[in-house]
Amino acid sequence: MNVRGELKKSFQISAWFMFLTFPILVIRVNTVENVIEWRWYNMAIVGVSTFLGSALWRYLLSVKEKSQRINAASPGNMTSFQKAFSDKRFFYPALFILIGFVISFPFLFSMYQANIMITALIYVMLGLGLNIVVGLAGLLDLGYVAFYAVGAYSYGLLNFHFGLGFWTTLPIAAILAALAGILLGYPVLRLRGDYLAIVTLGFGEIIRLVLENWGEFSHGPSGIANIPRPSLLGIDMTLTQNTIFTYFVMIGLVLFTIFVVNRLQNSRIGRAWIALREDEIACQAMGIDRTRTKLTAFALGATWAGMGGVVFAAKTTFINPASFTIWESVIILCIVVLGGMGSILGVISGALVLTLLPEYLRAFSEYRMLIFGIMLVSMMVFRPEGIIRNVRRTYTFSKE
Amino acid sequence: MEPVLEVNSLTMDFGGLRAIDQLNLRVMPSEIVALIGPNGAGKTTFFNCITGIYTPSAGDIFLSVNGRRERLNGLKPNRVTQKGIARTFQNIRLFQNMTVLENVMIGRHCRTSSGILGAIFRDRRTRLEEEKVVSDSYKILEKIGLDRFVNELAMNLPYGAQRRLEIARALATEPFLLLLDEPAAGMNQKETQELDELIVNIRDTENISILLIEHDMKLVMRISDRIYVVDYGKKIARGNPLEIQRNPAVIKAYLGEDPDA
Amino acid sequence: MDWEYFLELLLGGLTRGSIYALIALGYTMVYGIIELINFAHGEIYMIGAFTALIVASVLNYAGMNHVAVAILAMVAAIIYSCAYGFAIEKIAYKPLRNAPRLSALISAIGMSLFLQNYVLLAQTPDFLPFPSLIPDFDFWEPYAHIISSQEIAILATTVSVMILLTVMIKFTIIGKAMRATAQDRIMAALVGVDINRVISVTFVVGSATAAIGGVLIASHVGQINFYIGFIAGIKAFVAAVLGGIGSIPGAVLGSLVLGWTESFFTGYISSDYEDVFAFLFLVLILIFRPSGILGRSETQKV
Ligand SMILES: Nc1ncnc2c1ncn2[C@@H]1O[C@H](COP(=O)(O)OP(=O)(O)OP(=O)(O)O)[C@@H](O)[C@H]1O
Ligand SMILES: [Mg+2]
Repeated sequence: MNVRGELKKSFQISAWFMFLTFPILVIRVNTVENVIEWRWYNMAIVGVSTFLGSALWRYLLSVKEKSQRINAASPGNMTSFQKAFSDKRFFYPALFILIGFVISFPFLFSMYQANIMITALIYVMLGLGLNIVVGLAGLLDLGYVAFYAVGAYSYGLLNFHFGLGFWTTLPIAAILAALAGILLGYPVLRLRGDYLAIVTLGFGEIIRLVLENWGEFSHGPSGIANIPRPSLLGIDMTLTQNTIFTYFVMIGLVLFTIFVVNRLQNSRIGRAWIALREDEIACQAMGIDRTRTKLTAFALGATWAGMGGVVFAAKTTFINPASFTIWESVIILCIVVLGGMGSILGVISGALVLTLLPEYLRAFSEYRMLIFGIMLVSMMVFRPEGIIRNVRRTYTFSKE
Repeated sequence: MEPVLEVNSLTMDFGGLRAIDQLNLRVMPSEIVALIGPNGAGKTTFFNCITGIYTPSAGDIFLSVNGRRERLNGLKPNRVTQKGIARTFQNIRLFQNMTVLENVMIGRHCRTSSGILGAIFRDRRTRLEEEKVVSDSYKILEKIGLDRFVNELAMNLPYGAQRRLEIARALATEPFLLLLDEPAAGMNQKETQELDELIVNIRDTENISILLIEHDMKLVMRISDRIYVVDYGKKIARGNPLEIQRNPAVIKAYLGEDPDA
Repeated sequence: MDWEYFLELLLGGLTRGSIYALIALGYTMVYGIIELINFAHGEIYMIGAFTALIVASVLNYAGMNHVAVAILAMVAAIIYSCAYGFAIEKIAYKPLRNAPRLSALISAIGMSLFLQNYVLLAQTPDFLPFPSLIPDFDFWEPYAHIISSQEIAILATTVSVMILLTVMIKFTIIGKAMRATAQDRIMAALVGVDINRVISVTFVVGSATAAIGGVLIASHVGQINFYIGFIAGIKAFVAAVLGGIGSIPGAVLGSLVLGWTESFFTGYISSDYEDVFAFLFLVLILIFRPSGILGRSETQKV
């Protein structure tokens, strides 16, 4: 590699970025008090970091180019991580430890930690649901949060008006969300991928704005309070006990989700979804009904958001439209993209990383959305398959 | 005998461009028919009209199988496939990130029926169906000669094998009529030879009629029963290979105004 | 019927539409060339407005003459928006030119998210008052209640930008190269068009019009924050789709239609659902006429 050439390039790029970020990063005006603040240190930071960053960027691009060539030539596409996972000697002890940890978690750590974990688990469920739509069927749904809102408001309103409990509402909300998915999906699924993204974004915003403005129905921006927590056979529970209970409910729901999504993925329907993602026209030419296949993906994806919404409402005991903005959809999308589109294990890791990291690294949390943005771009550029690549199932045949 | 495929004065316009002009064509049962013509003649467009990917501007398309004659105009592509017409694509359109076996299994989709609940509960019927899909697909791969690639991703296959996989995938839909769009494109001589045996074999063993677009004239002349020649969307000749080779209109279309042959 | 009110709404809608048009042009041009919804386009507009605000404040502080401040702020906004547009394409879209469209779109969303938060963190999450760069002319005073001189400036600028752009696309070499690339990128490359350059120019030109729009509306509305690009971007996108994405006259027409409908809707019916309305409009167009008013419906080549 030509070191001097590379150095020169890095210098140019770093100078370019110092110019680019000059007004916004260096100068800060306060038009109210009429003072101007000059932050020259920011320019230095940008200079150094883009110098290194651009070198890294070009290095990664060249690595990617090389690995693509190798990948195309070699058949096996399992990572060493996945190989270790499929090794029984390693897998069972690891599973055992994992189960032990999961069960003892709420007893070992504080309620604060348990609450964070519940939130993370809700995102695991949302990620797995959106994974059906985006990862498997290849439909970019930016309005996924709408179904989450449907779930949360189903519980909030059904409880407020009819006193329905958590367990009754859970399946109802799942069905309502699936119906909402079909209702919203039907008119728009004919659209090309990028239009679909915008229209679903639009739907998501419409639902939020309606919740905000239609006060008689949704209680407007002030939301619904005093939503009951999950109950167990009418037993009275202290707050701590209830949090622990909610944690286990969520663990159960996540396991259920994994079970169902895994089975769907390895079925006739699941294959049709993937084929649709790979090539819509060839898929239709193979006799697959495009609209129906897309609708099932949309509806089945929405179902999990609906259930996630119920748990969210029950956990926070209060909901309002502010919890269901487009950025929520974007976060869930980040989870799927980071983890690996189409890969269950990937999505779970993605959800845990993206929800737990900002909680435990306070410094990180301020820059959370900024980093998510960088992450979306760089994942797409360098590793579109996500941290854990989805591995296709293999079959063995005996020659007769 | 009734033709399997009967196309009457089919016309397809794109804005001002008439890609197909009043084309008539018939394919008889167990017949291999070739559709040839210069680049841009409208051959692929013709396939797209038959398979419901484009909606023709005028004309009728009929499919006759088991004594039933049905009009295909206006059907969606998946319905056409279900009725018994399968196709391959000129610019390969495999499901690149799925395995070879899965590509063929997708072809079985329209001949199977298990649904969401079956997928979740994996009842006996679903399990049996799934096993049958796997073994049927494997048999097709064996027949086409791709069985050593079963678990390979489609994108990792060599070019010739990708073209054959397109055929395997189409066969999995159990067609009565198979449309092949330039199946030999990009193949070397040996591969072409094998392909030609494969096509004849499919016709002979499965009783499938074949309509074939191809630029490799040797292949066309060797295997076709009849040939249609189109140019600028119009049919300019029709006949058996010998007749076509001697037809002055065909020679003119291929070699330009002044054939010095 | 109250004619003066009607006229006010009509002109208000026209102004609104002109602003949308300035932003919609960028969407439509980029889409025409690389078939990508440039999600970050709204952010370019926001960055233009911020740059203008910062430059104007610094210059005002230095005690410069009012007209010079306005001009310099506008120029700075245009330069910086163009630079951002150029950089965004190189970073987030160019490496993905042959990737699935979904990837480029996700990358675009990431870029948009990044830029919003970049400005949020580097500047402020709050609304900042924006100085009025266009003065109220005295001679216009009697008519100002119907249409302000600000609005006139907006209309005049929009019209001039449209004319310049049309001239550029119709008659210059780069304009011809752009049209060729939009028709068929591979063919254009084969006949010697430098595709990378055409794409960069498209981003730069689109960013420049967005910056002009950004400065005009910020000075008209009087305040900005990091989020203005998102809503304006979505609306401009709706306008571009409404007119027929990829078509420049379509973008203008779509913007005017959206501007008027919004203006009359909020003026006569209700302002609660103003934003819902734009989305609803989008959904309805895409369902019933996805090719837009001026777009041609094309059969996808197989
Ligand atoms: N979707 C479409 N929109 C507009 N024009 C089209 C479309 N599809 C095909 N055409 C035009 O129709 C004509 C016929 O194209 P077609 O692909 O059918 O030719 P072909 O005979 O298959 O050629 P080749 O041998 O090169 O494959 C061409 O001029 C082509 O540009
Ligand atoms: Mg063709």
